[in-house]
Amino acid sequence: MRCKNLVDAGRRQFLRGGALAAAGAAAATVTAAPAQAAPTNAQVDYPSNRLANIADLAVNEPLDIEYPDADSPGVLLKLGTAVEGGVGPDGDIVAFSVLCPHLGFSMSYNDGDRTLNCPGHFSRFDVEAGGQQVWGHATSNVPQFVLRVDDKGDIYAEGATDLIFGRPSNVL
Amino acid sequence: MAYKRQIDRLPIPPKDAKVHNVTCHYCIVGCGYKAYTWDRNKQGTPTDNAFGVDLSEQQGALGKWVAPAMYNVVKQDGRDVHLALVPDEDCVVNSGLVSIRGGRMAENRPSRVTGTQQQRLTDPMIWRNGTWQPTSWDDALDLVARVTARIVTQGSEDDLVVSMFDHGGSAGGYENTWGTGKLYFQSMKVKNCRIHNRPAYNSEVHSTRDMGIGELNYSYSDYEVTDTIVMVGGNSLETQTNLFLNHMRKGLENGARMVIVDPRRTVTVNAAEEIAGKGNVLHLAIEPGSDMALFNAILTQIVDKGWTDGDFIDASTYRDGEAVAMDSAHPAGLGSLEYAMKTCRTSAAEAAKICGVSEADIVKAAEWIAKPHEDGSRRKCVTCYEKGVIWGNDNYRTIGAIVNVSLATGNIGREGGGCCRLGGHQEGYYRPSDAHVGRPATYVDQLLISGGGKVHHIWACDHYKTTLNAAEFKREHRRRSNMVKDAMDAAATGTRGQQVEAIVAAVNAGGLFVVDVDIIHSQIGQNAHVILPAVEANEMNLTSMNGERRLRLSEKYMDPPGTARPDCLIAAGIARNMERVLREMGHHAYADQFKGYDWKTEEDAFMDGYHQGNPDVTYERLRAMGNNGVQEPVIGYENGKLIGVERLYADGKFDRHGRDDKKALFCAAGWRGWQAPGKAQEQASHKFWINNVRANIFWQNQFLDQDNDFIQDRFPYPFIEMNPDDMAELGLNPGDLIEIHNENGATQGMAYPTDTARRGQVAMVFGSPAGSQGNVVNPGVNELVLPDYKHTWGNIRKLADATPQARAVSFKSKEYTS
Repeated sequence: MRCKNLVDAGRRQFLRGGALAAAGAAAATVTAAPAQAAPTNAQVDYPSNRLANIADLAVNEPLDIEYPDADSPGVLLKLGTAVEGGVGPDGDIVAFSVLCPHLGFSMSYNDGDRTLNCPGHFSRFDVEAGGQQVWGHATSNVPQFVLRVDDKGDIYAEGATDLIFGRPSNVL
Repeated sequence: MAYKRQIDRLPIPPKDAKVHNVTCHYCIVGCGYKAYTWDRNKQGTPTDNAFGVDLSEQQGALGKWVAPAMYNVVKQDGRDVHLALVPDEDCVVNSGLVSIRGGRMAENRPSRVTGTQQQRLTDPMIWRNGTWQPTSWDDALDLVARVTARIVTQGSEDDLVVSMFDHGGSAGGYENTWGTGKLYFQSMKVKNCRIHNRPAYNSEVHSTRDMGIGELNYSYSDYEVTDTIVMVGGNSLETQTNLFLNHMRKGLENGARMVIVDPRRTVTVNAAEEIAGKGNVLHLAIEPGSDMALFNAILTQIVDKGWTDGDFIDASTYRDGEAVAMDSAHPAGLGSLEYAMKTCRTSAAEAAKICGVSEADIVKAAEWIAKPHEDGSRRKCVTCYEKGVIWGNDNYRTIGAIVNVSLATGNIGREGGGCCRLGGHQEGYYRPSDAHVGRPATYVDQLLISGGGKVHHIWACDHYKTTLNAAEFKREHRRRSNMVKDAMDAAATGTRGQQVEAIVAAVNAGGLFVVDVDIIHSQIGQNAHVILPAVEANEMNLTSMNGERRLRLSEKYMDPPGTARPDCLIAAGIARNMERVLREMGHHAYADQFKGYDWKTEEDAFMDGYHQGNPDVTYERLRAMGNNGVQEPVIGYENGKLIGVERLYADGKFDRHGRDDKKALFCAAGWRGWQAPGKAQEQASHKFWINNVRANIFWQNQFLDQDNDFIQDRFPYPFIEMNPDDMAELGLNPGDLIEIHNENGATQGMAYPTDTARRGQVAMVFGSPAGSQGNVVNPGVNELVLPDYKHTWGNIRKLADATPQARAVSFKSKEYTS
């Protein structure tokens, strides 16, 4: 099941930060690429959002996140073994969008076989294999969030590997 | 590494983008899409765009979204344009749903800008100086015509062997089946021909037609209002995805039960259980090939309990015993219900023994299908079947046994009923009569293996991946075509006339001259001497009908790659060249038979063919009918709309067999164990049953998907689903490369551990370019040359440890879990 035990202060901090970040992102867009004369960057600029601290994570206990803004839910996971795209001292921390890249239904996490499952049309994705679609209707694998861990163990999301469902740009 | 698209932003179609109607050209369901195209230097904005949706906001589930696979840059009227190809919410077939196949139509378009599908053929090629050299259409067609004309006049048209698609969608459709049909069945009378997926020119469902019942008789909406869905040898969630998700699902949500007959637990079984609850889904995991015994037992239950529809039987079925005797063209007798019952009668106990399922489950299936409701009203039941029985044991009688049950319960021609094949491609068949082909038709692949035929024209068929006894076929086809290549190389410095003489001498000595018309350089195309590049739907206008006979025009929105042409115009080009060459040779009367091909466009071919038989139907009228089209047959045109028929046989009159009395016939489906030669012996002497299965991710033999990174990343080798205990016994790890081998040949694939796979039964994906299952399938066919691809047994050995590519993929269960 999708984990609802959104824990600690870090999480609450993030939620507040997320809400602010949404507003801030719009503002940032204005400030980052304000002058009409200035060239627009070729690539999407992603916010760097703190998701949690390593200490908040327990193996195979999913943490709900939002990235790059509050309208884009995701999941943060510590898997216990190093995996593709994993960060942290054990190379086992990953994060994914939970909007199914088929038609945008919200997916749940099966901690038994470590897959994201879509109740909409039965697609499923393997969080231990880079979000590869195990079986389903999506035409891409589930977007994986690019993570960074700082010296304090804070985990930041700073990008996404694929287009998030329901938006023409990952940063709206 | 899972394939990452690394796309985080896409252009937005502007309000003035052009919009074309598109019917997905892959499976028979034919989902509706809209193609938006617009100039390269223009774009919409989040708040001002072609969709009329505020894209600055996150869209909710089912909201408008252009996935990266739905986007490309293509040529339109010679200019590069953006393409966004998105599902159509207003199409009643899919209601905005998208499959993993249709959702990738855009990225599977050839684009020199984005580099997609650069495998597409762009120019004709001739085997010249030891390899294939690009050339002009005039040059290539001249060689085809000169060799073909020489061979059919020196011997007969029987020396010309033709493999040609008969389907809609893809590169088929009414235009192209007419073009090829007119050439081979009207200008010529070619009888040594075969269809894209089987070794003869025959119906896959002869028996239902002989019983008077066309195989596509319902409307998809029937699934939504029925009491029971019976699926036999089908796996619709994978292979007719949005039929399941948009129609069967609604039926299950409305309270329908589902009976699924399949030796393997499929994702369809799992999804049906998720939707309807396990108590409302009966999966009969029968012994392979025993479907007929099961349906005979179900029929017996229904007859003995008085659940038949007596009024319907009296009014609409033949009542006087035997109507058609069993003979070489009819593998079973046909007649009244009582006549059929003499042969079909099977107790639940007998069937349980043959099928390996419990008597109680057989009785339950009969109850779900036919036991009246408590208020005495009849139960509605829709039955669907596909390759599990079509490519299964005793095709004719097995399908007959299934149709018997629908007929006995009055479930054809009524709302919530129907007894239909599910289908593979869309349909799009319009050709002159094929009566001269005969029945049984020639077993063409065996003819070629045994040295028959001198010229082989191939239209979008790849026997290498889609025939049985494929290992032997490939050896012989390659050997015979190499004789011609060698002769052409030896005469390389000669004139066209000397080249033709060399080719004719080589084929008279046992060689085979091969012309391959295709969109890519296929595996069988490696044996070709002339290669002619064709186009797909939307690079031409194309009409087809889907599994509920819904006819649509899928519009051209882009240019073909290079000089590629629609098949109908290639056929016309061959015909015009045949006429010219035959006249040069002095065969004037014969040359006259090749007149009537002055088509400039595919629409000309449509008007020459389909329109002649269906005068109400034109491109303009179809365009106006949009993605909902019209359900065939078209019976009129009123108030600016084509008038169709929602479901066939609503009047209780059955005519598919051509009988004047319009009475349906029952099939005397007598069980006889394994029907095709060699099957019983093969089963007895090998350890594993090699089931032949499909996956939603691949379209057919992967002809486009073999060049699609997202797809090949998931399954770099054909998967072979296998019980983990069987794997342990053979010392196999997930992803290990394994070989299946028997007396027919060998093939390879990747072991995919599957808990639900039974011991001793593996399921290998069909048609893979990286491992053809046909290599290990014996030549056994039924009396009407229908192949039994599904029943193959072999032994398995390890070839190699999983490659790095294979190690990176997921080997988890394909079944959704909530």
